Amino acid sequence: MLCQQCQKRPATVHFTKIVNNHKTEFYLCEECARQKEDFKAFIPFSINDLLTGFLDMDKADVSVRSPGLLKCKTCGMDFVQFKKVGRLGCQDCYKYFAEELAPVIRRVQGGTKHTGKVPRRAGVGLRIERQIKQLKAQLQKAVEAEAFEEAARLRDQIRELERQLGQL
Amino acid sequence: MSWISENGPYSGIVMSSRIRIARNIAGLPFPSIASIETSQKVVDMVRKSILESNSILSRDFDFVSLRNLNEVERYILVEKHLISPDLVERAEIAAVLMDRNEQVSIMINEEDHIRMQCIFPGFQLDKAWELLNRVDDIVEESIEYSFDEHLGYLTSCPTNVGTGMRASVMMHLPGLVATNYINSVLHTISKVGLTARGLYGEGSEALGDIYQISNQITLGPTEEEIISSLNIAVRQIIENERMARQALAQSGKLEFEDRIWRALGVLKHARRLSLQEFMTLLSQVRLGVDMGIIKGIDAVMLNELMVKCQPAHLQAYVGREMSAEELDIVRANRVRDELSKIS
Repeated sequence: MLCQQCQKRPATVHFTKIVNNHKTEFYLCEECARQKEDFKAFIPFSINDLLTGFLDMDKADVSVRSPGLLKCKTCGMDFVQFKKVGRLGCQDCYKYFAEELAPVIRRVQGGTKHTGKVPRRAGVGLRIERQIKQLKAQLQKAVEAEAFEEAARLRDQIRELERQLGQL
Repeated sequence: MSWISENGPYSGIVMSSRIRIARNIAGLPFPSIASIETSQKVVDMVRKSILESNSILSRDFDFVSLRNLNEVERYILVEKHLISPDLVERAEIAAVLMDRNEQVSIMINEEDHIRMQCIFPGFQLDKAWELLNRVDDIVEESIEYSFDEHLGYLTSCPTNVGTGMRASVMMHLPGLVATNYINSVLHTISKVGLTARGLYGEGSEALGDIYQISNQITLGPTEEEIISSLNIAVRQIIENERMARQALAQSGKLEFEDRIWRALGVLKHARRLSLQEFMTLLSQVRLGVDMGIIKGIDAVMLNELMVKCQPAHLQAYVGREMSAEELDIVRANRVRDELSKIS
């Protein structure tokens, strides 16, 4: 249903007011509700507030870094801004804010490790990346042992996998 | 087979089953900070991933840019639960792909680049996931998702990371509300990682005794585990609701039936109906139909009536915007019309 006041946004706040036995009901959106003095106490707190609460609560644990200076190098989102809106700017935010996000994710989620569906593309990439990592370790050993024939074979294998990875 | 116009399993208590998954496109900023150009690119990529795919499914989809709809048309989609109110907030950059059966919708540039959902009538979460999983695979054929080995699908809000999945079941629980057991049920499900919301999502009141039960956790369990724990909880709630209905019917049969018939009477004759009152009365009638007290009306007719009498649907019906008071009058007229057709 639409907000009674602006008729634009969905009504998410319901409030019944009784004055001299006369009952009035209001269905408002959060924005219009905020403007009404009477409703201030009734606005349900949002997920943003909750996230921010968790972030602040864990501040002591991560005080090594100053969140004020933290910035995602890919999209430019800074941590203070994220705390305000509760939305990250891009996938790399997870990398740059990893330390700060970890305790939050631990609190709101059941686990910290995804066990569900893996997209086929990313899945293939993941497998190849793991394989390359393994082969590079083997290559290192082969070079140290001066097994050059073996090293050349491994190098070709790595190149082939890297080519496949590039094509994904 | 839209959730509104078709009966599903347990439809006397479970109105619909919906699964939503959040996905983002690798390497692009999330919608909240994306430029208009990037947003447009996202729309094009997702549109093509469906409409130009080789799947037979793709032929059933229509593409709609929200910019091309007026406010009423947008909210009609919200009232049918095909898009979220949040998508309407971003109408300038948002679009949606919907299948003609109104089962699957793919929202573009909501909080995440892609939020696709599948909604089935009655209690059938497994089927909804089966179909949605296929649609997800089709989109993924041409789009690379933001994905992390440990965190799973990366989403704009950390509360959705992992599977990105929100499975929810819309339940009509007048028995539990009337017997006051509802709070203990809601308290219990919160202990197993589930949550309940009103008809219009977070923070909204449960109009007409309708609750949406959904999973809270998205990281850790698999999609199947999420659905399975929801299935177990919903089955128990159905059982509890049945017992509550029986208890109510037996403890004061006359009073129980009187309340149901009076609700139908008011709906048939009222000249003004607020949304709140309409939903409350409809809840009683729905209960009466399910208990076999009222004959000649079925759950589908009531679903259709419920959706037809939401504000945007009424405004579209009349063809202009209306004040809250006018809406109440038009709603009462429409309810009288529809019910006179039935009996």
